[in-house]
Amino acid sequence: MITGALRQTGRLFTLAAEVARAIFRRPFQFREFVEQFWFVAGVTILPAALVSIPFGAVIALQVGSLTQQLGAQSFTGGASVLAVVQQASPLIVALLIAGAGGSAICADLGSRKIREELDAMEVMGISPVQRLVVPRVLATMAVAVLLNGLVSVVGTLGGYFFNVILQDGTPGAYLSSFSALAQPADLYISELKALVFGFIAGIVAAYRGLNPRGGPKGVGDAVNQSVVITFLLLFFVNMVMTALYLRIVPPKGG
Amino acid sequence: MGIEVVVEGLTKSFGKQRIWQDVSLTLPAGEVSVMLGPSGTGKTVFLKSLIGLLKPDEGSVLINGVDMVNSPERDIYETRKLFGLMFQDGALFGSMSLFDNIAFPLREHTRKKESEIRRIVMERIEIVGLLGAEGKLPGEISGGMRKRAGLARALVLDPQIILCDEPDSGLDPVRTAYLSQLLIDLNAQLDATMLIVTHNLDIAATVPDNMGMLFRRELVTFGPREVLLTSEEPVVSQFLDGRREGPIGMSEEKDAATLAAEAGIARAAAPPRSIVPQLEPSPGLPPRRAVARRRERVLRMIDQLPSAARTAILRTYAQDAEAPTLPMPAAGSGA
Repeated sequence: MITGALRQTGRLFTLAAEVARAIFRRPFQFREFVEQFWFVAGVTILPAALVSIPFGAVIALQVGSLTQQLGAQSFTGGASVLAVVQQASPLIVALLIAGAGGSAICADLGSRKIREELDAMEVMGISPVQRLVVPRVLATMAVAVLLNGLVSVVGTLGGYFFNVILQDGTPGAYLSSFSALAQPADLYISELKALVFGFIAGIVAAYRGLNPRGGPKGVGDAVNQSVVITFLLLFFVNMVMTALYLRIVPPKGG
Repeated sequence: MGIEVVVEGLTKSFGKQRIWQDVSLTLPAGEVSVMLGPSGTGKTVFLKSLIGLLKPDEGSVLINGVDMVNSPERDIYETRKLFGLMFQDGALFGSMSLFDNIAFPLREHTRKKESEIRRIVMERIEIVGLLGAEGKLPGEISGGMRKRAGLARALVLDPQIILCDEPDSGLDPVRTAYLSQLLIDLNAQLDATMLIVTHNLDIAATVPDNMGMLFRRELVTFGPREVLLTSEEPVVSQFLDGRREGPIGMSEEKDAATLAAEAGIARAAAPPRSIVPQLEPSPGLPPRRAVARRRERVLRMIDQLPSAARTAILRTYAQDAEAPTLPMPAAGSGA
């Protein structure tokens, strides 16, 4: 049981290392990358935007209500923006990429595997990792980074709207507290998180897709597992990265 | 000229289940070999091990100095370009048309112009008789057509080693006969080393230069076709005659009690097997260069062969210096 879990983990990391190496191996599959990028972006943009508005609102309302009770209402803007940019946005992006893009990637690779298409490719001397997995992982990473920008903006706007219109906050206080607390490093860590989460989502989807267990039902199970495993890893890695960030980067307001 | 494939001490298990062990054989360069075996004896696993798709537990597969079991990944990928593998059900890419499927290896591995690719692909499509179907998706054609398209794809890079996984399954007897002829013609044209995995007796009787058989987790025998065709080994003769009596049971092996019960029943003497002549390339094609090489090779090892096989081989070569094997009347042979 434990060795089984360790073996799976080891294989996952092996695939990650293989992908990292194959990224730099010629020829780069540019066409496949563009197609996959287009596909992943297509299935994630709209839901991401739609999720980020209420998410930004919820955070603004919650933080606003707390700060009001503490008498620190003028800091609502800074606090809610930081929460959206640093935490909510990369997670929303990663969940959508894993749920919408990753599951499709996993199902695609899995069905190719059971139809022996991947074996056929290997027999032709073409590495499926280089030909199929690398473009997909790069696509999820690129979409994650770009989508993270979109979600941050939309989430922040949503937060602003709810704070200013619904909670009678003042635009001036919102913006000034934002510039008092936030710094460029917050944006960098946000994008770095999105990049890492995109990588994880892509790798886990590819790993489960390349190793389905027995037949079409196995592919279904693999898709299911890939989404669950990605979520678990995301929240864990997010915790580690957040803890490191808070240790390493000095807070601006302090 | 094809490339010799040297297999030594190959052993493969899945978990605790041993598939076969200590398989050693040499596929002579440019010759056609057939691996026989009842269903479920790991013939396909053997094929996939040769090309490095599955990792055997022990042993080596040497091709041009590269060990397909233990060499670095990069060498294995490079060596695989010498191979053409025809999968059991074609293993075509479902999202591509037949044309794109067959053109795929060319587009990936060569820098040929699209017009050049078109010429080569259409030529191969014509060889396997799929003209007119090149625009179809794999899901839209029959299993036999998929198989032939898979063969065409395996052929576009002019492979030195061609592996066929049950080329006959899903084909009617007439198409199987055409396919047998096609394989021999390909050998004449490409002079590639070929290994065909099958349990079709017609292919086994007419196509190969060499034959082997896998049974009970072992290689029963491998050598010139006459060795297997004249063999008195119970497994081999049961298989070649397609009888129920013998060591092969419904689930691979029979238990001792059933065997003993069978031994009590006097079995009707099977008619002696006749060796059917091997197929010749179609008229207009060059002669198979492997024939002369094989003749030399077989005559050199003739002293080590069983006497029945020896007589058969000597009779063949004595009767006709040019004949590949016994030029016996084909009438009544059933092939």
